[in-house]
Amino acid sequence: MKRAIIALLLGVLAVLALVLLLNFRGEDKIHDAPPLTPPAGESVARGAYLVRAGNCMACHTERGGAPFAGGRAIETPFGTAYASNITPDKATGIGDWSASHFWRALHNGRSRDGRLLYPAFPYPNYTLVTRADSDAMFDYLRSVKPVARANTPHRLRWPYSTQAALAVWRAMYFSPAAHADDPAQSPAWNRGAYLVRGLGHCSACHTTRNALGASSDLMDLSGGLIPMQNWYAPSLASPVEAGLHDWEPAQVVRLLQTGVADRGTVLGPMAEVVLQSTQHMSPADLRAMAVFLKALPRNAGEAAEGRVAGARMAERGAKLYEQHCAQCHGDKGEGVPGAYPPLAGSRAVMLPVTANLVQVVLGGGFPPATTGNPRPFGMPPFATLLSDDDVAAVISHIRSAWGNDAGAVSEFTVSQQRGSIGP
Amino acid sequence: MKLLNWLALAPVWTLAAAAATTVLAAPKFEDSMAQRTLACTGCHGKEGRAGPDGYYPRIAGKPAGYLYNQLLNFRDGRRHYGLMARLLDPLSDAYLLEIAQHFALLDLPYASPPSAATVPSLLQRGQALARQGDAAREIPACVQCHGDALTGVAPNTPGLLGLSRDYLNAQLGAWRTGQRRAHAPDCMARIARQLSPEDLAAVAAWLAAQPLPRDTRAVASLPQPPAISCGSAMLPAGRQQP
Repeated sequence: MKRAIIALLLGVLAVLALVLLLNFRGEDKIHDAPPLTPPAGESVARGAYLVRAGNCMACHTERGGAPFAGGRAIETPFGTAYASNITPDKATGIGDWSASHFWRALHNGRSRDGRLLYPAFPYPNYTLVTRADSDAMFDYLRSVKPVARANTPHRLRWPYSTQAALAVWRAMYFSPAAHADDPAQSPAWNRGAYLVRGLGHCSACHTTRNALGASSDLMDLSGGLIPMQNWYAPSLASPVEAGLHDWEPAQVVRLLQTGVADRGTVLGPMAEVVLQSTQHMSPADLRAMAVFLKALPRNAGEAAEGRVAGARMAERGAKLYEQHCAQCHGDKGEGVPGAYPPLAGSRAVMLPVTANLVQVVLGGGFPPATTGNPRPFGMPPFATLLSDDDVAAVISHIRSAWGNDAGAVSEFTVSQQRGSIGP
Repeated sequence: MKLLNWLALAPVWTLAAAAATTVLAAPKFEDSMAQRTLACTGCHGKEGRAGPDGYYPRIAGKPAGYLYNQLLNFRDGRRHYGLMARLLDPLSDAYLLEIAQHFALLDLPYASPPSAATVPSLLQRGQALARQGDAAREIPACVQCHGDALTGVAPNTPGLLGLSRDYLNAQLGAWRTGQRRAHAPDCMARIARQLSPEDLAAVAAWLAAQPLPRDTRAVASLPQPPAISCGSAMLPAGRQQP
């Protein structure tokens, strides 16, 4: 009996030691003090570009708030996390951080005071960022206007709110890593891989997360439903979803630069990414990302079991389409080039996950107003006009008309999503 | 004869068909601001003449600076309506200003106000507040800033006529509680907090019952500068006026 207890205690201690060890692995001692001189102009400019590429501002700025002063709520299945103040304010921001503290946050997911950071901050991706890039980003952030805004404490449920739970999560799902060029691939592919996997943190949305919020495989980009937002980030590996294998690289660049391309338009969370991040990236970097994305291993995923709409629903859907949609999208779903996307033959319309269609019909939307497409055409919201039943009927119609062959959508699916959209 | 009969009936058939499906002949696509802003008129009514239920206010003919400020207020969280915020999130300041200018330039007829089903004393109180204000309680008259005809003043002060009572009640209420905000100094917040709930209901009832004057457009300037100052947003770089 005594022996069993000792064995058990030793086991627990071993697990604790392992968790601690895994949480501190790859960390160097921090020797440098916060810099006393202002950063050099060249490094600031490079850092500004990299901070755009990482889209740091999107999360670290509250609606209508000062840039990088934090406070934006990030809803997660475990509660709400609040982005922190990363302006160089000494008391509330990162004004007393050294370059190594900043690097440790990006590379190891640990804050200045030693606290473990929640992976709502995408350090499982940012860990791949090089030290040189990290230093430039730090220099840029040191140059922005300091704003005194105390960080909002996270509101996460127990046990997710504890550092111990986070340490276990990190032991299971996170390891610091570095980007290494693959000599078998072109320099463009390697640059693209670095941007897509690292700063671009594409997998934060485009990869399915497991029940504990970890991405199953950071790099597979095979699509995922964005938790809480109810938008589906389609698979970049699947030719029937958003795979780019048979796109011209120039079209991929155009989509990321302007928000519209011949065969696709970005809306919802991706519109924000294009607006704030990718439109500001250099054509060479966008092209590198295109090269990498086009070379992703093809993975068609599983075909969804489609159910066919009943006769009454089909008739109603066709009539609603004629009343509300045909004016812009055309009698045959052909769209208007440069203004309204075609629905006939559209991959976005036929996705196995219908969340985005429900989002767009209920909430409407504009593509991003980018330098390359500054005056986009918009779609009105129908949340106040159409019932759940109507929305289901019209979506089922566009998924099955003009040669489209995707399954019907139920009223239940629409009503489940309406709550996350409502006025 | 038969043919003539048919021809005579043709308008009836057309009307019947239109009524049965409520489909109007779909206008052709044109590369215009009206086409680009169909996302707005979906709720704010044809050409921005207001939605049918009084909840979505008229935007046609409101001063450009006022509309621009409201678009920014919704996008930046000083006014709250989820559907507006998500529509505006991906748009630039320059485009929002162009949208504001598009609706500001529309000079379209107004519907006559609904008959006011309310007690005369309430309307009297509302009229007194709108026309004279209440100096003792530091409440300026509406006409002092919104113009003697209450049709607004270019570029930033909106007209107050042609809005539903529900909408006016909701906005004044939101200003009192801080739900609706503007750039500092937030003059309307200050005024709304001076109003009692009864004042607020009275002035909303009176305003909603007033017919529009013949010239419904905002005036270019006030006879004398307003006593209080109101904040508004910076214009996009390089723009002198909205």
